[in-house]
Amino acid sequence: MRRLGWLSLPLWLTYAFLYLPIAVLVVMSFNASKTPYTWTGFSTRWYSELMSDDLIRQGFVNTMIVAVGATVIATVLGTLLAVGINRYFRSAWLEAYSLAPAILPDLALAIGLLALFALIGMTLGLHTVLLAHVVFGMAFVAAVVLARLGHTDPSLEEASRDLGAGPVSTFLRITVRSLTPAIVAGALLVFTLSLDEFVIAFFTDGPSTPTLPIVIYSMVRFGVTPEINALAALLLLVSFTVVISAQRLTKLTDTI
Amino acid sequence: MTSTQTAPGRGAARRRALGARAVFAGPGLLYLTAFMTIPLLIVLSYAFLTRGRFGGVKLELTLSNFSKALDSTYLSILGNSVLIAGITTVLALALGYPTAYAITRLPSRWRTVALVLVVLPFWSNFLIRTYAWIVLLNSEGPVNSVLVNLGIVGAPLDLLYNRGAVVVGLLYAYLPLMILPVYAAIERVDPQLQEAARNLGAGKIRAFLDVTLPLTLPGAMIGAIFVFVPSMGNFVVPELLGGGKTVMVGNLIRDQFLEARNWPFGAVLALSVMIFLVVLFAIQAAIGRRINGGARA
Repeated sequence: MRRLGWLSLPLWLTYAFLYLPIAVLVVMSFNASKTPYTWTGFSTRWYSELMSDDLIRQGFVNTMIVAVGATVIATVLGTLLAVGINRYFRSAWLEAYSLAPAILPDLALAIGLLALFALIGMTLGLHTVLLAHVVFGMAFVAAVVLARLGHTDPSLEEASRDLGAGPVSTFLRITVRSLTPAIVAGALLVFTLSLDEFVIAFFTDGPSTPTLPIVIYSMVRFGVTPEINALAALLLLVSFTVVISAQRLTKLTDTI
Repeated sequence: MTSTQTAPGRGAARRRALGARAVFAGPGLLYLTAFMTIPLLIVLSYAFLTRGRFGGVKLELTLSNFSKALDSTYLSILGNSVLIAGITTVLALALGYPTAYAITRLPSRWRTVALVLVVLPFWSNFLIRTYAWIVLLNSEGPVNSVLVNLGIVGAPLDLLYNRGAVVVGLLYAYLPLMILPVYAAIERVDPQLQEAARNLGAGKIRAFLDVTLPLTLPGAMIGAIFVFVPSMGNFVVPELLGGGKTVMVGNLIRDQFLEARNWPFGAVLALSVMIFLVVLFAIQAAIGRRINGGARA
């Protein structure tokens, strides 16, 4: 650190900027006071109130349905897509196309999907949110798996095919095995992205099945409550655990 | 798959490869076409259609949606969005570039930790991260109480519900998207180039300005796009931290689709944001080409 000299200043400034707000939220979530700004003592009261809030519980259930469904579908499609591009279909354009949903502004995808669902007369609900979340989920899985495929040796697969195995059985017996860490990491990322996704869900969800972020949105519009602080702390914990696990499985930072 | 195979053997191999393409890439590409490309084309076509009475569209071609967007009310909102997104991008560059540079100078095992710490907040709930600033900047919040208790200000400042708060919220949301591409660009610069510049008598700062900075410009430009474009399209931060006073083009698009139910006009507005995306990427590509050309010359 000493060698950085004055460069350590922007580094620490960035980390302070990124983590102080989060730290304040977490500390406040253990505040006994009902007015959110004065510290009156340690309490886990808001966490227990959170558990008995029906709106939040239902939102959580809805979100889990979408997140689990989108994770399963996006992981399968994204893995197949990455293998297809890397092993059978090398094309920079195709790769860019597959990763496009990760770069596309979420609002553009949101209004596009709303227009599509309206055009084909599909009722909005959790199923439409799920369909929407698979779009970007697939891109993130494909990106992580593609990065890993770049480091794997295709000669094992070639040997398997030369010995008469078809592409599918080669894929299942050889490729998937070497890709497992990347696939799991990709799945974890889709799960946490879907869990936290608001904009696309806001446009493609029906009124009777709000996901947790939509519930949070309607709560924070009306100001600060200690309950949201507790919910925030829990969600941060989930996201951080999931992303750090994904990082340990495969060097996500190498995907850059 | 060797070149000694006979022609029929090669034909069979090619058929197998085509089959494998269809099996592997087929479902994903079909899905993307159905749920990304077609939706975007629908929005594009809506820009040229007439609004329906209860949302949706009528199949009558018109350019009136575009002329409506040129109305001074909407132009000023667009201008406001460009200004706010622009300030956010400049601040992200000012903080993100030196941060990325510092990370590349860390020992390699710390580099990964430092990068993970940069991306970690980005993967957490966006609403929660925005909400954190409501807590922080509130008149009774921690920032104000620190300022008042230290005697820096006499009375709590109005830190929330203005443009400044929107910029801070957007910067908080998208700063990691600046740091990552800049880091990747600096990492790729051959350290020997800078050494060569130093050996030829350039000072540290001169070597940075003449060698590293131009070579990392395309990366910085990618970062700028990643910050600028979503900042323009964001409607949550202006609403929660701008207090409804700071309307940006994202809010306008949201309203046209969900409240005013003028989808064709909303489509034109969304298109204007996408045009920024395309133009900025074109500029980025041009910068990249010029630098590569210069390196070869």
